[in-house]
Amino acid sequence: MNQLSVLINGMPLLLRGLAVTLKLGVGFIALGLVLGLLLALGQIYGNRVVRGLCSGFVQIFRGIPAMVLLFIFYFGLAHLNINLSAFVASMIAMGFRSAAYQCEVFRGAMQSIQSGQVVAVQALGMNLLQRIRYVVLPQSLRYCLAPWSNEFAAEIKDASLCYAIGVTEIMRQGRYIITATFGNAMFIYVTVALIFLGVTSIGLWLLRRWELRLQVPGF
Amino acid sequence: MKLLRVEDIRKSFGSLQVLDGVSCELEKGETKVIIGPSGTGKSTLLRCINLLTKPDSGRVWLDGVEVTDPKTDINHLRSSIGMVFQNFNLVTHLKVLDNVRIGPMRVKRIDKKCATDLALEKLTRVGLSDKVGSYPAELSGGQQQRVSIARALAMEPKLILFDEPTSALDPELIGEVLAVMEDLAQSGMSLVVVTHEIGFARSVADEVIFLENGRILEQSPPEKMFTEPKHQRTQQFLHKITHLYGHESRAEET
Repeated sequence: MNQLSVLINGMPLLLRGLAVTLKLGVGFIALGLVLGLLLALGQIYGNRVVRGLCSGFVQIFRGIPAMVLLFIFYFGLAHLNINLSAFVASMIAMGFRSAAYQCEVFRGAMQSIQSGQVVAVQALGMNLLQRIRYVVLPQSLRYCLAPWSNEFAAEIKDASLCYAIGVTEIMRQGRYIITATFGNAMFIYVTVALIFLGVTSIGLWLLRRWELRLQVPGF
Repeated sequence: MKLLRVEDIRKSFGSLQVLDGVSCELEKGETKVIIGPSGTGKSTLLRCINLLTKPDSGRVWLDGVEVTDPKTDINHLRSSIGMVFQNFNLVTHLKVLDNVRIGPMRVKRIDKKCATDLALEKLTRVGLSDKVGSYPAELSGGQQQRVSIARALAMEPKLILFDEPTSALDPELIGEVLAVMEDLAQSGMSLVVVTHEIGFARSVADEVIFLENGRILEQSPPEKMFTEPKHQRTQQFLHKITHLYGHESRAEET
């Protein structure tokens, strides 16, 4: 009974935290998508300088743990008198990190596009931008959907790391409930876990349906 | 003025000299067929015409405009040169109709309605008006190749280049593609065709060019080329080919 009332009273807080978690997760993915796509295009079509910069970026943000990145962008920058809110610092650090991972996904997909088709539309008179827009991107984005749903789940889950720099997302709300009710740690954290499970499961299911809808015979 | 002028094209890939000073010309409405052993630069020569491959030296003119001039708008020029590839190269995520109208719509910026009518007209011409809603993977090789011909036609080009258009097809599908090509030639389209289909060359070509080791060994009208070739190498090659195919005229069969 006691636990049920804790749950009922605490749920609004948890859901408020979930909203923040989702905002973070979706934000990371969105920033990662745009930037990741640009990085991939830079690595494939850019000159040596551009390629080097893009590869460098990817290497750095894939090689440093998320927690360390968060601390650098929040505490580190503050030390240099650049004061970002925890939310913004999270968005930048994790968004860049997601970009690095998504870039690799896009790059793999783009490079596996049959170059014959690109040559064929080149022979029609399409310039580079048109070739990318009408052949390379539509096809590589389709190839991307499967590995991309991995990335989606990862970002939603990694949003919980932002707990460490003080963002009031679902983990922190859970913590508040536990301290306020003097216990129930297992119960609350399992509830948080189930909420995450629910969100990622629904998200993956939706992405799978989208993937099936975009499927084209012979692809 | 000649429609196409190719002057002294040279191209090497690393240490391999693929084209070693090739020159030829084409009048409007002519069909020229290029034959020769594999790896002798036939495809490379075609690709130098629309600059998909940049020659090391030499020049190309289409209708008086120099293709090889760096100042020429190559994309604009390419829109008036059609190309048909050995592996069809249709855009796999687009339906047949979209494949054919994407050129007119996106390159020539024709509005959707006109581009669609144009695409349907060309698809009807190649006999595939009933497949407009299919995806390339749902079609046979011969059908895919005919779609790619319709794609080239939809740009209303001055010249169409064919790079071994039937080499990747099952034997029973070759005829339908050659029939379309023959129809194009007879209706006045200018074609340059790289092929092993001697029958087609015999009945459709105005001139046959034998390319070997990056050079034109011989060029003459088909009757002369196939009945009294000047060089022994040409004769040897023709022997090999007719032995392989063992037929008179595939184009006439359809």
